[in-house]
Amino acid sequence: MLQKTDVRQLRSTIVGIVLLALMLFPVYWMVNVSLQGGGTAANSSFFPTDITFDGYRRAWEDQTGNLVTSMIVALGAVAVSLAVATPAAYALARFRLRGMGIFLFVLLLAQMIPGIVIANSLYTLFNDLGLLNTYAGLILANATHGIPFAILIMSAFMRSIPPALTEAARVDGAGHFRAFWSIIVPVSRNSLITAGLFSFLFAWSDFMFGLTLTTGADIKPITLGIYDYLQGNVQSWGPVMASAVISSIPAVVLLVLAQRYIAAGALGGAVK
Amino acid sequence: MTTTTLAAGSARAAAAPGYGAGRRRRRARTRERTAQWMFLVPAIAYVLVFFGYPIVKNLAMGSQDYTVRTFVSGEAPWVGLANYAEVVSSSLFRTTVLNTALFTVGSILGQFVIGLLFALFFKRRFPLGNVLRSLLLLPWLLPMIAGTAVWKWILDQDGGILNEALGTIGIAPVHWLTSPDVALVAVIIVNVWIGIPFNMTLLYSGLQNIPDELYEAGALDGATGARAFWHITWPNLRPVVSVVLVLGVIYTLKVLDIILGLTGGGPANATQTLATDSYRRSFQEFSFGTGAAVSNILIVVSLVFAVVYLRVNRRAVDE
Repeated sequence: MLQKTDVRQLRSTIVGIVLLALMLFPVYWMVNVSLQGGGTAANSSFFPTDITFDGYRRAWEDQTGNLVTSMIVALGAVAVSLAVATPAAYALARFRLRGMGIFLFVLLLAQMIPGIVIANSLYTLFNDLGLLNTYAGLILANATHGIPFAILIMSAFMRSIPPALTEAARVDGAGHFRAFWSIIVPVSRNSLITAGLFSFLFAWSDFMFGLTLTTGADIKPITLGIYDYLQGNVQSWGPVMASAVISSIPAVVLLVLAQRYIAAGALGGAVK
Repeated sequence: MTTTTLAAGSARAAAAPGYGAGRRRRRARTRERTAQWMFLVPAIAYVLVFFGYPIVKNLAMGSQDYTVRTFVSGEAPWVGLANYAEVVSSSLFRTTVLNTALFTVGSILGQFVIGLLFALFFKRRFPLGNVLRSLLLLPWLLPMIAGTAVWKWILDQDGGILNEALGTIGIAPVHWLTSPDVALVAVIIVNVWIGIPFNMTLLYSGLQNIPDELYEAGALDGATGARAFWHITWPNLRPVVSVVLVLGVIYTLKVLDIILGLTGGGPANATQTLATDSYRRSFQEFSFGTGAAVSNILIVVSLVFAVVYLRVNRRAVDE
């Protein structure tokens, strides 16, 4: 016979599944409609009984270039974010320099600046520098999404690394950079991966900079490709939803991977 | 690079025994400090260019006649507060401020209440609880424009599933995105959907930090259920609640994707907020001066909440 607590737990699980189903209904709908093809049906049926990949075929024709752009920009933003943020995170975690408190404060504030403010000014700056409609411009701008966040989470992690680990290397004559590069970076690997994954996702999902810092069709991120569909009357929702599904893949991958990286205590083996 | 100069430097210092000891120590200390600063130089430079410069530039543009012509002639005459006067006196301003306030309050209220209910629910231990809770993060992790796209179809007045569902219980089709009366409600619904996971996650971790002993002691005094919530959970959760609410306000103030994707600020400016209006002025009308003026107003509002956040956060850490 079932215990009373078992029944209650089972009921909670069922309620939980119902809540999740309600919350993820739009995601289901996205996938469902994406499989109903490129027709101009007045509405979508509840299940994709006639599965067709026409929507994906159309999406692929329209969006391949934009997907490549998004990939280049997001990977570039990860590289810039990590290159800038990792040494800074280490300095904030370990050194005692005057003015570091202020810098930390500025980083917290920087995350709160509305993107439109940055876009407004960067447009004129990039116009002068010839960085509008370039990968470099988008990469540099998109790193604003990731850098403050990356510095803050990595330095939180690096604070937990025992100072003894680098002091030993310093006594052996290694400079700060050697100690940083050959000890701190490998030990902090998981926090770097977490920071990198989120920087990727932020840049991949970016809308603001794609909208304001590109003007033509040559360099256009996938988010803007989707936005283009949404302007005016949508004739056929299949390709729109297929593009949305494709653009969501990195988030799904992150949801599976980052769980592990956030949870993993990176120090596990390093000190022993 | 830092390593080699440092190593060379210390080798030279070691090879010069007759050198003044105090001076050498001072020089070594300067060198050490320089080496340490080198770690921060890229980040400081980046922050100055990509956060510092835009703010200064935006403040300046707010007082300049900055238009398309400026890009050709390079001239942007100073106009003092004329841009602000133009923005504030336009009939649109009252609408955008009101919309921004309603959008923010409505979104926060919905996200917070539902997020808290979810957090309380998932605090129970039950099979699959953790898996279900982490899957709930998905709406927040998706590119906002992807979520916006599917909602635009769900909310469609003719073929949308929401109106079809409402139709089966006898409710006439609602013009979610095309009627000025309900469009703001529609964008709030979508923003709430995106914000629930964030609220739930922070509140859930706050709940986890309340010691079980408090509930055990409370139960002895007869505090269970709703009374336990008001006398134990809520007071202990207050610092986290403040942080969640303030961060929610700051994030909601900058929302652009959802509104542009769903309604483009329309119909008849019914969903025009300070953020979308700033975008519209700068990038659709190329009136960068007034666009900057609007976003400067937005900065001030965000800044007020940012300062509140930092103070609340410090108190939360202290406690």
